[in-house]
Order: sequence, then C-alpha cells, then structure tokens
Amino acid sequence: MIHFENVSKKYVIDHRPRQKYLSLRDVVAESGRRLVQAFRAGVPQSQSKPEDFWALRDINLEVKLGDRLGIVGRNGAGKSTLLKTLSRITEPSTGRIRIWGRVASLLEVGTGFHPELTGRENIYLNGAIQGMVRAEIEKKFDEIVAFAEVERFLDTPVKRYSSGMYVRLAFAVAAHLDPEILVIDEVLAVGDIQFQKKCLAKMENVAAEGRTIILVSHNMATILSLANRCVLLAAGRIVTDGKPMEVVSEYQNTYQDESFGQTDLTKVERYGTGDARFVSVHLCARGRGGTRLPFPETGSDLEFEITLEAREQINSATVALIVYDELGNRLIDANTLLKGQSVSLLAKERRTVRFLLKNVRLKRDLYTVGLWLGMLNMADIDGIRYATTFKMEAVREDILYAAPFPGVYACEFSCQVLEEV
Amino acid sequence: MSEPFQASTATEMPLITIEAGKSERHYWNDIWRYRELFYFLAWRDILVRYKQTTIGIIWAVLRPLMTMAVFTLVFGKVAKLPSDGVPYALLVFTGLLPWHFFASAFTEAANSLIENEKMITKVYFPRLIIPTSAVIASVLELIISGGLLFALMMVYGTTPDWRIVALPFFAGLAFAAAVGAGVWVAALNVRYRDFRYVVPFMVQAGLYISPVGFSSHLFPDEWRLLFYLNPITGVIDGFRWALLSGKPELYESGLLVSGAVTVMLVVIGVFHFRKTEKTFADVI
Repeated sequence: MIHFENVSKKYVIDHRPRQKYLSLRDVVAESGRRLVQAFRAGVPQSQSKPEDFWALRDINLEVKLGDRLGIVGRNGAGKSTLLKTLSRITEPSTGRIRIWGRVASLLEVGTGFHPELTGRENIYLNGAIQGMVRAEIEKKFDEIVAFAEVERFLDTPVKRYSSGMYVRLAFAVAAHLDPEILVIDEVLAVGDIQFQKKCLAKMENVAAEGRTIILVSHNMATILSLANRCVLLAAGRIVTDGKPMEVVSEYQNTYQDESFGQTDLTKVERYGTGDARFVSVHLCARGRGGTRLPFPETGSDLEFEITLEAREQINSATVALIVYDELGNRLIDANTLLKGQSVSLLAKERRTVRFLLKNVRLKRDLYTVGLWLGMLNMADIDGIRYATTFKMEAVREDILYAAPFPGVYACEFSCQVLEEV
Repeated sequence: MSEPFQASTATEMPLITIEAGKSERHYWNDIWRYRELFYFLAWRDILVRYKQTTIGIIWAVLRPLMTMAVFTLVFGKVAKLPSDGVPYALLVFTGLLPWHFFASAFTEAANSLIENEKMITKVYFPRLIIPTSAVIASVLELIISGGLLFALMMVYGTTPDWRIVALPFFAGLAFAAAVGAGVWVAALNVRYRDFRYVVPFMVQAGLYISPVGFSSHLFPDEWRLLFYLNPITGVIDGFRWALLSGKPELYESGLLVSGAVTVMLVVIGVFHFRKTEKTFADVI
C-alpha cells in the first residue's frame, strides 16, 4: 500500500551554457567574473537566472494492495521522477510518501551488473544491491536461474551474454525479490516475445498474490495487458486516474504526435556495417477512413514511420519491415524493393520511411517487428531483430466467443451451408 | 489527518515514510539492513580487480617490492640517510605498507561514487556503503604485502617482539584516515568533477610529506609536529615501532596529533557526505 500526499519534486535548471557537470574550475571562474562585473557595472547584469522546474507537482495518489498501476505520459511528464521518489533514489522536495511493505525497483535492466563477473556472481551481487540477504538469494537461486534460462552460462562472464540473456537474468533477480511492491520502468521492451510473455505472466502472478505493481511504459500494449488501473501524468501532475483502456485512449487522443508506438532505437542490439542506422520507429493504428485507433486491432491499418540517419553516404538501399510471431516466424515482409523504391542518403542525412500495412488481419496476440536496411544479398547496413513489439486486439465480433480460435491470420470469409445435391 | 488504512493489513508490513529532509531516521538502520551489500561490493571489487589483470594478485606483491627497491637504493645507498639501526629495506617497507594501503584505499574510495553512478541513479541503498566498501579491496592488499614483509624480515633475521600487538591499532588508524578522507572527497567528486584530477595529485604530494623512504627523525625538530598533521606520518611511525621492536622510538605527541586529525577527518567526511548524499542522484 502506498500513499502519496502532496508530493512535489523541484529541480533547479541553470539556463547558462554549461557542461553536464559542475567543475571547480568553473565555480572559481564564475565567481571571478561576477566580482569583475559587479565592479565594472555597479549593478549586476540580468543574466538568465537559474529556474525552478517542477518534475512533480502536488501528487496525491493512493495505491492499494494488489493494484497493478500503469503510469503513462510523454517524456518529461514526471513518470521516472515519480518512480525515483518512490524507490527512495531521490527525495521529494515537499510532501510525504508512506509505503507499507518492501519496495523492489527495476528502473533499469541489470543495474549493478558487472560485465567481468559471471552470471552466478552477478545474481548474488544484484540481489544484494536490491536489498536481499545471502540466505534469501541462496534460497531463490535455482528459481532465478531457471526463470532466466541461463543454466548453461552460469559461469560465463555476463559481458559475453546476449542482450536477451542479460535482460532475462536481470528481470529474474528482481522478480524473485518477493517484494510487496514491484516498481518497473520500461524494461520489458527488450527480449523476445516468449520471454516478454513470461515476464508478464510472472508479474500477473505477483499481482495475484496480492502484491502491488507499479509500471511505467511507453508501450500501451504492455500497460493494457498488465495494469488494472492507470494514471496519466502531464507536466508533473496527475491528469487522469482510471481504467487503463480509458486512460490510454485519452493519452493517445491528447498527444496525437506521440502514440503508443514510439520506440527509440539508438540503444538496441543490432548487426550490420552501421553506415546508416535506424533511429526510431513509430507505430500508429488506423481504422476505416484513416481514423486513429487507440491500439491495433484485427483488420486495422498499421502505419510505421521509421527514421534513419546516415553516417556515411549510402545509395539505393532497401528498407524492410518484418513482422514476426511469437515463434519467430516471418509473417509479413514489407520492403521498399517490392514497390520499386529505394533509399539514398547523404552523410549525416536523416530521413523517414513510412510503411502502411493495410487491413492487417492478425489475430489477438503479441508480435515483434524487425527492421533491416541493406542491399539485397549484398550487404547488411543495419539490422534490428527486436525493434518494437505490438499487441493486436480482437475486434468486437471476435470477442463474442470467449474461447480464442487458434491461428494467426483472421482472413475475412463467408460461408454457406449448401443444399444436398 | 485520518488514517485511511485498515490496521490489520497495515501493521503486518513495515512502514516507510519518505518525506523531504526526513531520511535520517532510517539511515543507520538501513546501513545495518544492507550490511551484506557492503560485503558483496567489496567482494566484487576484489574479484574484478584481479580478473582484469593477467598476473592478477601478483601485482599486489610486485608493486610494493619494486617501490621498496627504488627507495632503498635512492635514500639508503645514494643519499645514505640514517636507518635508525634497522636494515634500510625494512625501514622503507614498514613505511610503504601503510602508505600504499592509505593511497590506494583513499583513491578507490574517492572515485567510488562516480564509478558506481548507475547504481546511484537506479537503486536505493545507503550511499555510505559504496566508498567504505571500496576500501576493503585495499585491506586485502595490505594483508598480502604484510605477508611479504614477514618474509623479508626472516631474510634479514629479525623478528618482531611484543609490540606487534599494537599493529592492528595503527592499521585501524590508517583505515579510518582513508575512509574519512575518501568519503569526503567522494562526495566532493560528485559535485565537482575535477576532483578526479586532484586526487592523484593529493596522493603524490602525500608521498613527499610522509616519511616513507626515510625515518621521521629527519624532520627538523621545530617543524616536526607540523608533519604529523598528515595522519599517515603517525601511522608509519606506529608501524615501524610495532614491527621493528621499537627501534625508531615513538613520538607520542606526534602520534596524538595524527590521531586527532584522523578523528576529525572521519567526522567531517561522514558529516559532509551525509549532508550532500540526498542530492547525489540528482547531480551525478
């Protein structure tokens, strides 16, 4: 159980040109300059003064035991700050938070993991960082290893792990903390669907045991499938608090430009020469007549906007967008080559490629999207296997029958029972 | 305000209250609760330090040995400084032992917060654990070079007498000085990044004002007490006195000054650290 009472968090933003860090040199130089100015001008010159920035403003929120609270909002709305105050990483400037129970936070994948240490060593280290004692870690050790599926690599330094294994291990440790409150910030964006599903299932279990989950995500599919309550933050304030479906649609209606599909691709695992790279992919679902939908549903159009940036000049390359199912089967391969188009970029140039997948009749499930840039059969410039994930929702008539019919593709069909001839 | 929760569920779980400026109450409790983290971080530092170098732990042996050879040659053979009636190599080594420990412990502690930036911005735990645990890896080195010293003493045919029981006390003094100074500079380092460059300079200057390669008797009498403001001067004297059968006599008032400075360092260091700790995640 968590109780926020009038919680605000203020940061002081300095508008003077500055480096990321204060340095002694600058402090000395700055005081010297002020002194000189004071003598010279008599009055201090009106420089742009440091300004207060309220990352959180009067947050009042009550989270009950067993709640699965999703938090959505644009970048800079205060989502991460909220989680940070809750996890005691940073202190609120005013107000009070009362928490009943132990909080485990997973604000980043593998915090404190050391690349030189083995999986086994990192489990202990990570557990200790999260506040577990050795006896607890030992008790959970096998469970963690089994969940992360890293048995064979336990004694391998984690620097040799794939990013998928890394995430699995990190999530496994945090998920086995048995905290009363689990705080998660956008960590499930990595990894294959099976693991994502496993994590979702684990979190659902955690919630079913009466524990509380607080989740921040840009991926509305994750919010919709996990949360039973959702809060929309804007400019540090709570704008809406209600059912996930309602809040998610409000969020998407309010911020048309930033939909559920915006994924930053600068830090994901990739292959290729890197002469040009994918920067982001933005997904939006459209219904009949191009109306914007809150989430993709069977039969809707999917619009992908893929932004690339070149490091070197590239000529006549192909961009491909591939949709995979849970087992990694390629379901859709849309590419520029098939439409007789290509992409050429000058060095440092940035461009967006838009794909519109029409009438996508995939069934209700999770799908991943891969991106590829290159010359067919010649060169991979940039390839990303897990660029983004989306969840298809079923349209109304499909939901009528509670039992889902297996299969991936819901083709439009009619049927007739013919008379005996 | 009225209590909105039912007592039955609320009492089963520990209550944490987070309030502006009120973190003090749980702090020392939390340090106790996170005591294993202290151990694990120290263990990580030791593992990593020796995994990354090919000859591993041998470094811990080689470094003081080489420094000793150079110092003995320069101060003992070339400059022909007095050795207080003990082999010059032993005089140097007994000085090097605490100095090396202090220098490496202080450096590690001072840089520890910046090196663990990720942990500070992503997880909560009492931050004091980071710089203090960073000192532990150096304790291991101290123990190893201590073993080396005993081997060297056997070569020279000297054995320590009863005074050796005082050795842990002096080692503790060096530890406290390293923690005090390290914690202080670590906190400053978060805010003023150029402290990173100041630290090696401090260590180098420290070597010159500490009686590592020579006996502390060589300090001019009228200035002698001043040199003991450097806490390691007192520690080095103590090490020599405890290990070399009291040959270089103990300079009590100097030791007292060094001890007082150490206590001051710890108090100021921890105080400053605690005062700025809350802002670490925001400024690092």
